[in-house]
Amino acid sequence: MSGTRRITYREAVREALREALTRDDRVFLMGEDVGAYGGAYACSLGLLDEFGDDRIRNTPLAESGFTGAGIGAALGGMRPIVEIMTINFSLLALDQIVNNAATIRHMSGGQFSVPLVIRMATGAGRQLAAQHSHSLEGWFAHVPGLRVVAPATVADARGMLWTALQDPDPVVIMEHATLYNEEGDVPEDEDLAVDLDRAAIRRAGDAATIVTYSANLKKALAATDELAGEGIECEIIDLRSLRPLDDQTIMTSIAKTHRAVIVDEGWRSGSLAAEISARIQEQAFYELDAPVERVCSVEVPIPYPQHLEQAAIPQPHAIAAAVRKTLRR
Amino acid sequence: MIQFRMPSLGADMDAGTLVEWYRKPGDQVSHGDIIALVETQKGAIEIEVFNDGTLDRIEVEPGHKVPVGTVLATIREPGEAASTALEPAAAAAPAPEVAPPTAPRPRPTAAPPPPAERVEGRAKVTPVARRRAAEAGIDLAAVAAGPDGVVGLAEVEAARRAAPETGAPAAAPRRIGIDLGEMRKAIAAAMSRSHRDIPHYWVSQTIDVTPLFDWLEAENARRPVASRLLYAAPLAKAMALALKETPQLNGHFVDDAFVPAGAVHLGVATALRGGGLVAPALHEVDTLSLDAVMAGLGDMIPRARSGRLRSSELTDATATLSNLGEGTSDAIMPLIYPPQVAIIGCGAAALRPWVADGVLAVRRVITVTVAGDHRVSDGRSASRFLTRLDALLQAPEAL
Amino acid sequence: MTDADLMDTVMTTFFSVAPDLEGEPVEPEETFRKQFEIDSMDFLNFIIGLSKTTGLEIPEKDYPSLQTPNGAVAYLRARWDKAV
Repeated sequence: MSGTRRITYREAVREALREALTRDDRVFLMGEDVGAYGGAYACSLGLLDEFGDDRIRNTPLAESGFTGAGIGAALGGMRPIVEIMTINFSLLALDQIVNNAATIRHMSGGQFSVPLVIRMATGAGRQLAAQHSHSLEGWFAHVPGLRVVAPATVADARGMLWTALQDPDPVVIMEHATLYNEEGDVPEDEDLAVDLDRAAIRRAGDAATIVTYSANLKKALAATDELAGEGIECEIIDLRSLRPLDDQTIMTSIAKTHRAVIVDEGWRSGSLAAEISARIQEQAFYELDAPVERVCSVEVPIPYPQHLEQAAIPQPHAIAAAVRKTLRR
Repeated sequence: MIQFRMPSLGADMDAGTLVEWYRKPGDQVSHGDIIALVETQKGAIEIEVFNDGTLDRIEVEPGHKVPVGTVLATIREPGEAASTALEPAAAAAPAPEVAPPTAPRPRPTAAPPPPAERVEGRAKVTPVARRRAAEAGIDLAAVAAGPDGVVGLAEVEAARRAAPETGAPAAAPRRIGIDLGEMRKAIAAAMSRSHRDIPHYWVSQTIDVTPLFDWLEAENARRPVASRLLYAAPLAKAMALALKETPQLNGHFVDDAFVPAGAVHLGVATALRGGGLVAPALHEVDTLSLDAVMAGLGDMIPRARSGRLRSSELTDATATLSNLGEGTSDAIMPLIYPPQVAIIGCGAAALRPWVADGVLAVRRVITVTVAGDHRVSDGRSASRFLTRLDALLQAPEAL
Repeated sequence: MTDADLMDTVMTTFFSVAPDLEGEPVEPEETFRKQFEIDSMDFLNFIIGLSKTTGLEIPEKDYPSLQTPNGAVAYLRARWDKAV
C-alpha cells in the first residue's frame, strides 16, 4: 500500500485531465476559455502548452453549439470532455444534452452511443449571484440516458474522470465551485480511477443517516462534529452518483439508524431530496422512527449579498437541528 | 426476484392481516407450499406460493394489515443471488443493530393482538415502533408516548425492557376464527356486485335421483364407515363432468371478456353455523374418482367451518354448486359469485309423484337451477348442461 | 362403562368433528342436526369418529338411531351389551 499526497480539488481535476489526455489520444477538452486562460476555475491552466490547441480547444460563448459539437465528435469515435462554465449556462445546452446525448442510443436502437463527458461547475457560496450559483443537479438526474456524478472529495475529483470516459454513454460531472480550493488526500498509486456506482459512507454512526452529495458533505461533517458533542453519532452517506442512485446503501443505513436527513442545495420542491425521500418511504417505511427531514435551499434565486446567500443555502446548524428533530429532541 | 403479494381472495377483499409466517428467509419453497397465514373476512386463510425458489426477505411482519397487492415477501428464483438491502445478516452489509432474520420470530402459537386494537385511532406511532411492538407482542395501547405524544422505537424498547421476562408476547392469545359480521359484509358486497353487474338468467329442471340413491344405499352398505359416500360426492362429480362439456358455464368474466377455464374447479357453497357462507373450490373435480371427491369434501368443508382454507381454494373456483339437499326447500334461484359465470343450485331430494315409463310412481327427485351470465351464454347452454347432468345421474355407477 | 361415560364419549367425538361448537350447551333429547345446525358431512364425520373410538362398525341403516345424544348413548349401550 503506497502513501497519500495532499493536493487541491482544482489540482485533482487538472491531473485527471492531464492523465486522460495522455492515456487516450481520442480525448480532447473543449469549452469557454479553457485554453490560454486556463478555464473559469483554472482547472486546465497549463494544459494548452502541454497538449496544443488541437486538444485544448477554446469555443465561442455558445453552449448549445459546442456541446452539440462534442456529441458529434463522440459519435465520430472521439472521447470529448466538454467544460461548461456553470450549471446555469448549461441550460443553453439542454436541448443537446437531453434531446440528443441522452437519447441517441435509444433512438438508434443501440446502433450509436455518445461517449461524452460534460463537466460543469455548480452551486452557491462565492457571491456570484443568481446568474452563476444554482444547484440544478436534480434536473439532470431526472433524465434517463445520462449518468450524473458529483465528486465531493479530492480523491473522487481525481478518480472519476477516467472512469467516466470509459462509459459508452454520456456522463455529467458536477463540480461544486466552492470545492476547487479544498485540499485533500489522494493515493500515490498509478491507477487512481474510482467506481461511479456506489455511494460512500463518509462517517459511521447509528443515531441518524444524513444523505448528501457534493460540497454539502463538508457541512454535514461540520454538523456531525457539533452533534457528536451531544453524544449523537450520525452516519453520513455521500451519494457520489446522482443517477443512478445507490438505494441499497441508503436503505441499509436506515435499517440501522431508523432516521434520515437529506441535505441538498437544490430547491426543495421537486428536488433530488424529494426523490430520495420518496424512495426511503417506498423501500424502508417500516424502518422509520421519524418523518424524513430535508435541508434544502430556500426557494429564492440565490442572492448576491453574502449574508443573504448564506441564509439561503443549507448550513451545519440547520442540518444539526434537523437531526435533533428526527431524534425528537 | 419474485414478489410474493397479498392475494385477492375474492371479489370483495381489499386487505388482509398477516398472522403468521410458516417459512423464514433462506427456506426453500416450491409451488403449492403453504407459506403464510392471513386473516380475512373469510377467516384465516393459508396462503400458497406459486413459484419455486428460496424465501429471500419478509417485507410484512405478523400483525400488519396491508392492502391487496402489497409485497409480503420476495422469493429468489433458483440461481439468483441473495439480496442484501435491509437484510444485514445475509451479507457483509454493516448494519449490526437490526434484528437479523434468524432472530426468534413471534412464536407460532402466540397470535398477535387483534388488529382493531392497533389500527384504529390517531395515535402517533412510528412505523418501526409499530413493527417492533408487533414482533415483541407488545400492546401499543399500553405503551406511554413520549413528551411530544409520539410512540417511537425508544418508547417501545422501554416497554419491552419493563416486561422482559415473559417469553410469550403480552397480548392475549387470539382465537383464529371467523368474524361473521365481517363475512356478512363481504357476502353483501359480492352479491350486490353480482346483482348489479351480471345479467342473470335461470333455467330449472327436475331430475329423478332414485337410481342415484338406490345405488348409494347399496354401495354404502358394502363400505366401512370411513369410506362411505355422501350424496354430494356423485352430485359434484356429475356436475363437473357436465360443466366440462358446457364450457360457456365454466370460467371467469374478467376485463369485459369471458375466459373459459380448462379445468373444472367446483366451488362448494358451505353454510357456516351462525350464518356465514363460503364457497371454497375443490380442484379438478371432473378428473377425480368418487372416493377422491368425497375425501376432498371431507377435508375441505370442516376447514371452511373452522376458518382454515387455502388461498387457491378461495380464488380458483370456475363454477359453484349450492346444494340445499339437506333441508326441505324445493328449489333455489342462486346469484353468481363474480367473476364466475354460473352457479348451480339444488333443492332438497324429496319423494314426489313422478311419471316414469308412462306410469305414475313415487320417486326421489331434485330440482336443479342453473343461474347463467347473459354476457357469456344463453338459457340454451344451461338447458344442455341440465340434460347432460340428468343423463349422468341416471347411471351413478359410471361416475 | 356408565351412561355418563358413554355420553362423554359421544360428545367428545362430536365436538372433535365440529370444534367451533365446543362449549355449547347440549340438549340430550334434541337431534344434533337441529340443535347444532350440522349437515350430513358433519354427521358422517361424527359417525366415523364414533366408529374409531369405540371400534364398532356402524351401518348406514343404523344412522336414524344416532340422531340425538341420548339416542347415540342408547345405541352404543345396546351394541356394547350385545358384544359382552
